[in-house]
Amino acid sequence: MTVILDPTDEAVPVSRQITPRRGQVSGVVGLMDIRKPRGDVLLDELERLMSERMPDIEIRRYAKPTFTKPCPDDLRAQMKAECDFVIEGLAD
Amino acid sequence: MTEVPGFELLDLDGASHAFPGSRPTLLCFVKEDCATCNLAVPLIQAMHSAFSSSANIWMISQTRDGGLILKDRHGLSLPILDDTELKTSFAYNFDIVPAIYWCPDGGSATTMFEGFVRSEWQSLNAEIAAALETAPAQIDWDSLPDWRPGCGSKHLDPDIHDRLQAEADDSPIRARKIEVASADDVAEFMFDQGFSDGLPLVPPTPERVMRMLSGTRRDAQEVIAQMPPNMGEATIEKIAINAVMAGCKPEYLPVVIAAVEAVCTDEFNIHGVMATTMGASPVLVVNGPIRERIGMNSGLGALGSGNRANATIGRAVRLAIRNIGGAKPGGTDRSTLGNPMKITMCFAEWEERSPWAPLHVERGFKAEDSVVTAFAMTSGPVHIVDQESRTPDEIAGSLALGLESLFLPKYHMMPVDTLLVVCPEHVDTLMKDGAYEKSRLRDRIQNVTKKPLRAMVADEVSGAGMTRDAAAKLSAEQLDKQVPKFASSDYIHMVVAGSDAGKFSSAFHGWVTGAMGSQSVSRKIEDI
Repeated sequence: MTVILDPTDEAVPVSRQITPRRGQVSGVVGLMDIRKPRGDVLLDELERLMSERMPDIEIRRYAKPTFTKPCPDDLRAQMKAECDFVIEGLAD
Repeated sequence: MTEVPGFELLDLDGASHAFPGSRPTLLCFVKEDCATCNLAVPLIQAMHSAFSSSANIWMISQTRDGGLILKDRHGLSLPILDDTELKTSFAYNFDIVPAIYWCPDGGSATTMFEGFVRSEWQSLNAEIAAALETAPAQIDWDSLPDWRPGCGSKHLDPDIHDRLQAEADDSPIRARKIEVASADDVAEFMFDQGFSDGLPLVPPTPERVMRMLSGTRRDAQEVIAQMPPNMGEATIEKIAINAVMAGCKPEYLPVVIAAVEAVCTDEFNIHGVMATTMGASPVLVVNGPIRERIGMNSGLGALGSGNRANATIGRAVRLAIRNIGGAKPGGTDRSTLGNPMKITMCFAEWEERSPWAPLHVERGFKAEDSVVTAFAMTSGPVHIVDQESRTPDEIAGSLALGLESLFLPKYHMMPVDTLLVVCPEHVDTLMKDGAYEKSRLRDRIQNVTKKPLRAMVADEVSGAGMTRDAAAKLSAEQLDKQVPKFASSDYIHMVVAGSDAGKFSSAFHGWVTGAMGSQSVSRKIEDI
């Protein structure tokens, strides 16, 4: 038997449960622009459609400083505190 | 009285013997292939015959097979304890066998010695007899030599000692140990685990990682960086494990550590460098005295294969990014085509052949510092061939034209780094009429590459560049404005490398340079 040392960050794979679905959208919905070109166009349209169909929800907009870097911790914490749902626009 | 380590060992018949205990005990460490041990073994047996009614007389063999041979060869009846794993020998940490410990209280030693000095053994015999109030063992002392050197203990063999050190309680090793079954091929196993860049890896066994860690004075558990995208903790140990896999020697480790520090800065932004579909990767340039010390190549074939330090340092950094950071192709490494620099790209500058200040001095370090500089590059090395130019400005002009291919010849005013590797023959031509400063070469590149802005407008040949709509808003005068290849000459970096023969320079082309993308970062390498 050979023993080798783990070269990775040893992040144990954890099977994650999907957050229980409520069956309806309510409360605050965050729309997050990662700042890829035209992400704002997509999210503007999404905001228009959602506001029409779900007039009771509140929509808040967020944006990462740049798509090239990970989301800053403060912004992640802010969205977690303020939103019931978050939709993120990925890629361009 | 000296406290000595406790242990529990099996004898050759499988019976367990624990130390310390309540009985007086004599411990004799031996190995079979040592002539002096073979001289001493009959004495130990004689002491067993004389003293075993009131004391433990234990021989500890450093291999089980050796114990069986000694038993047969010398007709032994004393308990022979098996220390094949050498953990007890390691804990006692003597240098020479035979090694003797007399512990009259069953736990701490009053007499300890190594090798064979007849008078020491005679005194030992007398001391035990006195302690047990019995007659000494009958030994024909006159038939024995006065002195014989012992042999080096087996636990000090380099391979074995590193393993034992790795397994000891105070070992610097903290990484998860993975047991690969003997039926498994270790190389195949590592491929299956996703540790590899596609090429075979050196198995990072604890003893190899211990040896790798000897290349640095830094604490194995020191955290160098949180490495994205997983934000994995890049400890010295984890970097050493990846350096072993890459094939590094321990003396390369400080370069690998400094390079990991460089790429994990916010300025370098390894996350974006790995994630971009354009396909960027770190290109590492090493400067200073360490180049010579670890045998890096800055001459013939410096950007190619064949030099272990160049190849494995670059590879170790990339494996660390892959394994600690978790950036893998198809995961967060989204490069459309990729490039071979994603396996390795590291070389040294030939400072002694350069007429200019070396890269690290230009960037504010002392000449005697060893420094690694990381550039995020998407292409390279892209050749610039000119075998005809014989004047300085001609060759500088050719180097300029060669850089036109960065991204697309049509693109100008590029806020993008280039790293120009000027070959010695091109250097000689540049210097033919006296000093040709880097600033002059940069200016020459900017002047030669100037084109009117209108050449950048989308047209029927290529839709790339300035949109037709944007161009329509500009005056003819504005469109006639001459614009160079680079938005500033600061984007042009230069080093000297390559063999003395051949008029071939090369260039690496950058990615998105700046705070939104990646900026080149230099880090001083630990002085060992």
